[in-house]
Parts: sequence; structure tokens; C-alpha cells
Amino acid sequence: MTAAADTPGGVDLVGVTKRFVTPTGGVMTAIRDINLSVAPGEFCAIVGPTGCGKSTTLTLAAGLERPTAGTVTVSGKPVDGITKGASFVFQADALMPWKPVIDNVALGPMFRGMPHAESRARAMEWLQTVGLTGFENHYPHQLSGGMRKRVSLAAALINAPSILLMDEPFSALDVQTRAIMSNELLNLWERQRPSVMFVTHDLEEAIGLADKVVVITAGPGTVKAVFDIDLPRPRGAVQDIRFEKRFLELYQQIWGALREEVEQAYARAADATRNQGNTA
Amino acid sequence: MTAEIAQPQAQREAPTQTPAGASEQALAAQAHARVLRHKRLVLLGQIGIAAFILGGWQIGAMTGVIDPFFFGSPVGIVIRLWDWGLNGTAYGSFWLQIWVTLEEALLGFLVGVSSGIVLGVLLGEIPYLAEVIGPYIKIVNALPRIVLGSIFVMWLGLGLPSKVVLAAVLVFFVVFFNAFQGVRSVDRNLVSNARILGASRLQVVRHVVVPSAMTWIIASLHVALGFSIIGAIVGEFLGSQRGLGLVIATAQNTFDANGVFGAMLVIGALALSAEALMAMVERRLLAWQPPSNTDQNIQGL
Repeated sequence: MTAAADTPGGVDLVGVTKRFVTPTGGVMTAIRDINLSVAPGEFCAIVGPTGCGKSTTLTLAAGLERPTAGTVTVSGKPVDGITKGASFVFQADALMPWKPVIDNVALGPMFRGMPHAESRARAMEWLQTVGLTGFENHYPHQLSGGMRKRVSLAAALINAPSILLMDEPFSALDVQTRAIMSNELLNLWERQRPSVMFVTHDLEEAIGLADKVVVITAGPGTVKAVFDIDLPRPRGAVQDIRFEKRFLELYQQIWGALREEVEQAYARAADATRNQGNTA
Repeated sequence: MTAEIAQPQAQREAPTQTPAGASEQALAAQAHARVLRHKRLVLLGQIGIAAFILGGWQIGAMTGVIDPFFFGSPVGIVIRLWDWGLNGTAYGSFWLQIWVTLEEALLGFLVGVSSGIVLGVLLGEIPYLAEVIGPYIKIVNALPRIVLGSIFVMWLGLGLPSKVVLAAVLVFFVVFFNAFQGVRSVDRNLVSNARILGASRLQVVRHVVVPSAMTWIIASLHVALGFSIIGAIVGEFLGSQRGLGLVIATAQNTFDANGVFGAMLVIGALALSAEALMAMVERRLLAWQPPSNTDQNIQGL
């Protein structure tokens, strides 16, 4: 379970720009000239205003999309196709509602050709790790939001990824459950130590979890600033750490950088809405 | 199912009519009695309506208010069916006619459903194909397809194949559009996740796309089942040597109203039992779905 991944991990984005062609033939720039590097085993949080291209950055690292310009390198290899050794945790849980929990967790090994019995045994181990023994035959809709998130985590980690991409994974959870899941995530991360790219809106969550917080500008996004989080590990309960002096200092520093971008993004969204209202 | 709907109502009303201090058990017993009484009342009403319509029809036919030559009568229909069952029709036993129609409808259903699913998934998965072929499918769908029955009888003759093809064509479009829509509405996150976890294109189709579209496909099967029976019967109407459609056509030509109604009754019974079978299959295939409120309402109705 703690077996080292086949690939060392680590993500490098150099001068990456991504434009999308809209269905009407227009061009939309999601991110421009992003330079970002996540070391093997590093936990990197990415914060930024809504619509700044945080999620696009993750899809590039996962190999779901190609950059328009620049290079994306994962584990020392340029990305061409789905990135090997990567796992993704989505905001909405990407669980298959027609498969019981155990089969959802066993998907990764099964897709990679592991025999049925073996992949189920591995999935059982992982369910035990995330504290869901006894729920293996439940369907996802029978579980609570937090339990579904645990299943998602187990399904993502069973492949022993060297990079773990998380797109606002806990934002749909209530505050208490979110705190519990954050602690759980750190525990699980300590076992395998994959590189993590963790996109979030929540600055407290970002600082509490990460080694490094990257602030992205309002869209089209680019890296505004990178902050090293020098809080000692293991961090312990995320709920407690946020009252420490160093945490508050960091929070104020990063929020200073983030606030301008959030305000700008908000003003732009308000403008767009107003213009829409005028033309309508 | 009625019990589930009626129960909350009964529980809500029960306390207001119970003397204070009654035990929980007494309350439960009273609620239970209430539900039973409600069920009986519903059944009584249903039987009452049937008795009223059939009785009125029979009395009308006997007293001459309703002309039995054009409208038949319930007793006449039963006698006609009895006669068919005992002595058969002019073209073989009545059971054979039922079997022939059933066989045509079933084969048409199978061919139509499988081709609809295959083409729907294919077009849903390959957008280029969908854009190119899409307009043609819409054109063919806009044609009155029942008329194709005449062409099929000309091409394939009076036997089984022409009816199977007509039923299959009717079924195909219903299933195809649903399968296509189902594939198109697959959650993109699920597909992305499966790909990142290492699924090949084929594995994505098998483990994500098809199960996800299954809800849509199964919803279409109820309509498709009805269409397959319609296809078989219309095909027999247009030209055949056997089948319930021919029985109806013959009865129509001899002004045998009881015969038309009788055959209609049999077809209705067939369709209802097929529907019940389908509901069973559906429950099995969609066992993973959360129970929804709308479902309960429909069953309550």
C-alpha cells in the first residue's frame, strides 16, 4: 500500500498558455505564461479568484488537455497523453453511481488489468484505511458527502500516484466535515508522499495543508506570487493550527496578494452582468 | 405501493381521533386498519366503474339503445373469444395467431433495441459521425414510418420478415434517440476520471458510457415495447396469412364488431403482461438508483 510509485513525481510548467476555441469560433485564454514547479513529494496549494484558470492548470498536468504554448513536464517527462502515475480528485465526486463502493475503489487496478479478486482485495484494504469497512456493498448515494469523499480519496490513492491533482475536493462539504477530511488527507499523504496540486478557494485550507501556496491572478491567470509555508510538519489538526501566530502572519501576507485579484475578478464579473443586462 | 402513500396520511389523522392516553400499539393498530379500509375502498370504486361501464353496455345492447351490430356487447365478445379458443379461426387455431404476432413483435423488438443501442452509442461517442449522419436520421424519423409497412410487405412478402422489419424500424428510432442522448449526457468528470485511472477508450465505453446511458435506454424500452406490438399488428393488417392483425382485419371486413373488440382485448392483455415483465427487468437493472419521490407519486397514482 505504501509501495513507492514507479515515477518520481514532480510537476514543471514552463511558459504555459492555454486558449480554448469557443463553439462560436472565438478564442478564450484561460491561462497565460504560467511558470510553476512542484517538487517530488511537495504539497502545493493553488489559490485564485473564480475563473482564473486554476482547474485548467490541473487538466494540463493530468494530460487531459494540451497547452497552446509552453511545456508541461511531469516526473521529468513531457506530457503527451494521459499522465502516467497521476490521480485526480474532483469537486463533485466522480464515483460511478451504478457500482457499489468496493467496485468504485477497485476501478484503478481493474483498468490496469489486475485480476478481479486481487483488485477487490486491494480495494478492501483501502476502504479499511479510509475507515469505510462494512460499507463496501453500499451504493454511493447511500453514503454521506464526507464518506463519498473518502471513497474518492481511496479510489485515487489505490493506484499509488506520484502526483495527486485535487480540484476543490472539499468545497462541497460542510465546515466540520471539511476539517476532518483535511486532517485525513494529510495523514494519507504522509504515507505515500505524492506531489500534490491542490486547487482551492479557501486560503485557510491552503495554508493549513500545503508546503507552498501559489496565488494566481484574475483570468487569464498567471502566477502572481509564491509563498513558502514554513509551518512544521506533521501539522496536526488543521482546526488548531490556524490560531498560531505564524499561520496568521502568512494568512495576512497571502491575503494581501490575493485580495486585489479577487476584487478585480469581482468587478469584471459585475461589469459583464451589467452589460448583459443593458443589451437584453 | 398505495400503502406507502396512504400511510403517512393515516398516521397524521390518527392522533386527532384517538382518546388521550391510548398506547402506541393501539395507535399502530388503528393506523393499520385505516390503511386496509382505504385500500378496500379504492378497490371497490375500481370494480364499481368496471361494473357500471360493462353492465351499461350489456343492458344497452340488450334493450336496443346501443346497436349490437356496430358496437357489439360484452357477452358477445366473450362468446366470440370462447368460440375462437375452442374452434379456432379460418386460418388455424387462435393460439397460433397470438403466437405469430408475439413472435413478430418480440423479434422486431430485439432487432430494433440492439441496433438502436449500437448506433446510438456509436454516434454519441463519435461526434463527427453524429454531425454527418444526424440530419439524415432526422429526415427518416420525420417520415410516417407506418407507411413503410407497405413497402416491406412488397419487398419481403406476406410472411414473418416484413412484420419483424416494420416493428424493428419503429422500435429503432425510439431507442436510438434515447441511447444517443444518454451517451451525450454522460458526466464528463466520470469519463475524465476513468481515463486518468488508466481506462482505455473501450473500457470507458463499457464501464462508464453504457451504464450511464442505460437509464435513458431503459426509459425508452416501455414505449419501444408498445411500438413493436403495433408494428407487428399493422404489418399483418397490410398483408399477411396469420396473426392477430389478420384476425382484426377479417372481423372488420365481415362487420364482426365483437371480433374486433375481442382481438383488441387479447392484444391489450399481451401488452400489459409484457409491460409487467419489463417493469421487473427495469427494477433489476436500475437497482442502484436512489428511490426518488417522483417514482412514488407515479406508483401512487
